[in-house]
Amino acid sequence: MMDEGLRRELSRQGIFTTTLEGLYNWGRKNSIWPLQFGLACCAIEMIAASMARFDLARFGAEVFRPSPRQADLMIVAGTVTKKMAPQVVRLYNQMPEPKYVIAMGACAISGGPFKQGYNVLKGIDRYIPVDVHIPGCPPRPEALLHAFMTLQKRIDQQRLTGPSSPRHLKESEPSEFPIPAFGAHDLTPGKNPALWSPPKIIRGS
Amino acid sequence: MEPLEQLIARINSTFPGSEVSLMPNDAPSSQTSLLVSRKDGRRVAEFFKSDSLLRMDFLSNLTGVDWPDTVTKQKIKTKRNVDGVEKEIEETVETRKPGFLEVVYHLYSMELQHGPLIFRMRTENRVDGVHLPSLTPVWRGAELQEREVFDLYGVRFEGHPDLRRLLMWETFEDHPMRKDYVEPDDYEFEPTAHDEVLTKAKAYDSCAVALRT
Ligand code: SF4
Repeated sequence: MMDEGLRRELSRQGIFTTTLEGLYNWGRKNSIWPLQFGLACCAIEMIAASMARFDLARFGAEVFRPSPRQADLMIVAGTVTKKMAPQVVRLYNQMPEPKYVIAMGACAISGGPFKQGYNVLKGIDRYIPVDVHIPGCPPRPEALLHAFMTLQKRIDQQRLTGPSSPRHLKESEPSEFPIPAFGAHDLTPGKNPALWSPPKIIRGS
Repeated sequence: MEPLEQLIARINSTFPGSEVSLMPNDAPSSQTSLLVSRKDGRRVAEFFKSDSLLRMDFLSNLTGVDWPDTVTKQKIKTKRNVDGVEKEIEETVETRKPGFLEVVYHLYSMELQHGPLIFRMRTENRVDGVHLPSLTPVWRGAELQEREVFDLYGVRFEGHPDLRRLLMWETFEDHPMRKDYVEPDDYEFEPTAHDEVLTKAKAYDSCAVALRT
């Protein structure tokens, strides 16, 4: 690793130095292309965030791709019904690595106002790994921008080697997740135990 | 629109032997409705649509209601001979009323600018006699709404062109809007679990441990 003082001195002289890791993370975090799909009302805020007033383009993420093969980021914006959940997982599986997920809004993170509904999934993190959760019903576009910046920060902090390396560089981590099937009473399985476990109730102190 | 009593009289004179009765509603809205029997459903619906005084050309809403079996207990005092002495004994008598599924229809007339005319139909029971005549041939707008009622309540509409589930998937077996629907156990509890939820929460070992401490 280059000495920070030397690096600064060099840059003062017009010589730019960086590391492969820095370059790799810089490239990754500034061209996060989202997959173009919305599931409910939260998608309206996502659309607003991508338009001129909030301008997601400032973060290099304005290119919404209509095909999962070209997308890096899945913004789960809206209510995930149990009927839709397998398709969402399938789309995630079809995205190439590196890929990220933002769960946007109360519905996507927990089922939201429809939590006890018979056809609403209680959070997409039961089936796919979520990088950033945004609460709110709906979250304002600023919240989505904040989630973006949080994701960028996370990408920037990842090392190419070692335990803090990104998921897609780890041999043991899967890049596809099992798609739940339509069962007689519910989706089967109801969760991916590797990703999600039931919350614990802790009472008293 | 004419008073419902008069309408019933007109239906009875048009279709002798038809079973149509008045269902009063003592809620503030006091929207009194008609109860139409299953066998007359189709022709009465057609009458509502074509009659020159009604012209109900718009079925604005169609929804289901689940009425589960009801058990009422009544205490009755009877006199009985016990060991030669006449005694008054209190007995509880249970009366079980079988449940049924009900479908409520709201009709309006665009042509004559009146409505709503509300009528209901009831199935025989909640288990196997769940058939009602489909009114999709009369009002096309009933198609999706009947599919929804079929999906969520399990009413089978005879004569429907395409009776499939609407919101749930094809292989789903329950009817979620029925009162006795048991939701799948999907590991979510209220923040302060109590009663039924607490029993459910205790079923999970990890949770039970947390609860004990
Ligand atoms: S969180 Fe609120 S705004 Fe977002 S999809 Fe759910 S209901 Fe709609």
